[in-house]
Amino acid sequence: MILSAAEWAVIALSLRVSLLAVLVTLPIAYALAWLIARRRFPGRMLLDAAIHLPLVLPPVVTGWLLLIVLGRNGPVGSWLEATFGITLVFNWLGAAVAAAVMALPLMVRAMRLSIEAVDRRLVGAARTLGASPFKAFLTITLPLSLPGIAAGAVLGFARSLGEFGATITFAANIEGQTRTLPLAIYSGLQMPGNEDAVARLAVIAIILSLGALMVSEWLVRRSQGSRAHVL
Amino acid sequence: MSFDIDLQLVVGETRIACAFNSSAKLTALVGPSGAGKTSVLNAIAGLLKPASGRAAVAGDVLFDSANAIDLPPEERRAGYVFQDARLFPHQRVEANLAYGEKLTTAADRWITRGEVVELLEIGDLLGRWPATLSGGETRRVAIGRALLSAPGFLLLDEPLASLDAVRTERLALLIERIRDELAIPILLVSHSASEVERLAEQVVELDGPTSNATQGRSRDRKLKF
Repeated sequence: MILSAAEWAVIALSLRVSLLAVLVTLPIAYALAWLIARRRFPGRMLLDAAIHLPLVLPPVVTGWLLLIVLGRNGPVGSWLEATFGITLVFNWLGAAVAAAVMALPLMVRAMRLSIEAVDRRLVGAARTLGASPFKAFLTITLPLSLPGIAAGAVLGFARSLGEFGATITFAANIEGQTRTLPLAIYSGLQMPGNEDAVARLAVIAIILSLGALMVSEWLVRRSQGSRAHVL
Repeated sequence: MSFDIDLQLVVGETRIACAFNSSAKLTALVGPSGAGKTSVLNAIAGLLKPASGRAAVAGDVLFDSANAIDLPPEERRAGYVFQDARLFPHQRVEANLAYGEKLTTAADRWITRGEVVELLEIGDLLGRWPATLSGGETRRVAIGRALLSAPGFLLLDEPLASLDAVRTERLALLIERIRDELAIPILLVSHSASEVERLAEQVVELDGPTSNATQGRSRDRKLKF
């Protein structure tokens, strides 16, 4: 399968957007997952609901909300531009932000399940052996929830790779900036005579998604033994 | 004084009161199942916060509601051997043994890994994963892990339960050795009369959720050796 330079550029952009989205979201998602799994505090239900919002809202609405908040005239967007000179609309950073927000609920869900699956009595045992709460977290909870971190990362990556609605609404469909794989496929379908290019990009999307799944499956097996699974 | 305990616990809907003091090397806490024996151990280890009371072991005050003392578990120096062992499943036996040891300072340590391995005869198990150990092996590793955390006292929760006769005998001999050779107080929870008869110098009876301090204390009895 021969890809044109433009198609390679689309793939590179998609990978860059998805990887940035997942890497930035990973620690945030884990912290949120831990809070919801292990702590009881006022507003916990509200936080949980807010995290899940992108999962249940139409992606276009999520994109529109991002535009309101992070757009050049939005409260956070104007502050970012004034303070750091960063604008998020119409560039690849914006596409990564949209992907990250859409991936967050899936990542939190996977990590939360695996944190809840860690036997809290093991943490108690670690404490009696002299571990501070943080040390017990680092040596017990974190390594034992590793499969959930891997699962969350792969789900988030796949979700980011496929992100369409929020991206096109918030970051627009600009070639070389925000035209990721799904947007490129969509654009290709808009013009007749692009069937081959669309098929090539679709095959690439399938290969990338499957590849992410297999890599994380391999990572989990290596750390947890052959019976462990990502999903 | 090895153990100086006067604790009131609320676990769910039930109230547990437990009061005793003991200078014995090995004190047994007995009583019907559901009496709250494990809850008392958890409270002494700092894993369960008592409603009120006081707990001092070997002269160190671990908990005192009147003076707002409530040491976190990691500062109580309890060598807690749980009934379900709670070995860390993602670490091999050797790493499990080293877990508490690495968190102590050299000055606090009173037993080496080599001594523990020899005492418990677990040299062949060091490279194994906890999931591959038998019940008796798991218990011995759990005891070793507790000893290596340089504890000031031991809490043993049903250490001989659900083992076959040979393993029970082997572990009982081991507990006798720990009792006689290591100079730290031991509190043992058991429901087996013969086990208590054999190992304990002093017996404290906990008679269920309604038991109170005076009952607990009045039922103390010294065993003759």
